Amino acid sequence: MSIKVEHELHQRRKGRNMGLLGLLLAFVALVFLLTVVKVQELGDASKFQGYDHVVQPALVPLEGEEGAVVSQ
Amino acid sequence: MTDVSLEQTSHEAGMGDYFALFKPRVMSLVVFTALVGLVVAPVPVHPFIAFVAILCIAVGAGASGALNMWWDADIDRIMRRTAKRPIPSGKVQPGEALGLGLTLSAFSVILLALATNFLAAGLLAFTIFFYAVIYSMWLKRSTPQNIVIGGAAGAFPPMIGWAVATGGISLESILMFALIFMWTPPHFWALAIFVKSDYGNAGVPMLTETHGRRVTRNHIMGYMIALVPVALAISFTSIGGPIYLATAVALNLWFLRACFRVWRRDEAQAEADNFAAEKAAFKVSLYYLFLHFSALLAEAALRPWGFGGW
Repeated sequence: MSIKVEHELHQRRKGRNMGLLGLLLAFVALVFLLTVVKVQELGDASKFQGYDHVVQPALVPLEGEEGAVVSQ
Repeated sequence: MTDVSLEQTSHEAGMGDYFALFKPRVMSLVVFTALVGLVVAPVPVHPFIAFVAILCIAVGAGASGALNMWWDADIDRIMRRTAKRPIPSGKVQPGEALGLGLTLSAFSVILLALATNFLAAGLLAFTIFFYAVIYSMWLKRSTPQNIVIGGAAGAFPPMIGWAVATGGISLESILMFALIFMWTPPHFWALAIFVKSDYGNAGVPMLTETHGRRVTRNHIMGYMIALVPVALAISFTSIGGPIYLATAVALNLWFLRACFRVWRRDEAQAEADNFAAEKAAFKVSLYYLFLHFSALLAEAALRPWGFGGW
């Protein structure tokens, strides 16, 4: 009987490793696509650009415009 | 020759062995009913969010299946029907099933909360807890009413699907829950009658063991009668309509007839034809649930074209 380098066990291990790789890649794709969809569903950009603690001129309402903060 | 010794020492599972821990057949029912709950809800859901939600519910159901197999490995080893499951057959170590079950439970609940809403995630968490702890650890081995109360775990998925879309609970989602909840006893007891000796050997107090098969037949009939109004009531809610009503009437008559045959027989008759009526009732029960939910799906699919609904 010859000694086989590739045993059935190695194949099973390989199958498991490839399976795990596939699952991890699928998870990355899932989180990415979910982010894209969630952001698109918001519609109005000002809803999600307010979280970085930096005033963005493009998003500050002009005076007299609806929603503008009237300064004293 | 060497294969034999390696089989005993390797203990390395393949991907498929882990997948078997998730009870794929139960999972398919969960996926289908959850999808129907989500689709028939009056609030549209983005297709990708819906996909992620159903995936989370499926993974959560699979995780609770793995926890169930971890806990029940001792009795699964004894019963013929379950002896080939991954843990009793030695392909997967009990600790692996426990780790996988706990990790995937947390994963599915957290992802569902992030993708949809906290109510849906909370319901999923409760379902996993109910199946793994209330049913598997507590009720299954302590009361002959085990599957009646445990059936609630299988009944939650359409309610979770509905919660994913609407963020709430309503009469429709409660009735979909009740349909599966009331369906479980006749479905499972029909099975218990023809695989009777197995549960007895494993010491699971199935109704057939504690009260005998005559009482089980009476219970099947009783629960079947109680199931009819629940199934028909859905027709008159916002998700029902003529297609569902017609389907429900036909299916209830069919299942009533099958259960009536089981109820009418005595043990001698059942032994004589090798439990043909019980096996038939079990088979009808599978169609019963599948077609009720298919009819709901048809109502929702036809609604945009002016059909479906009242």
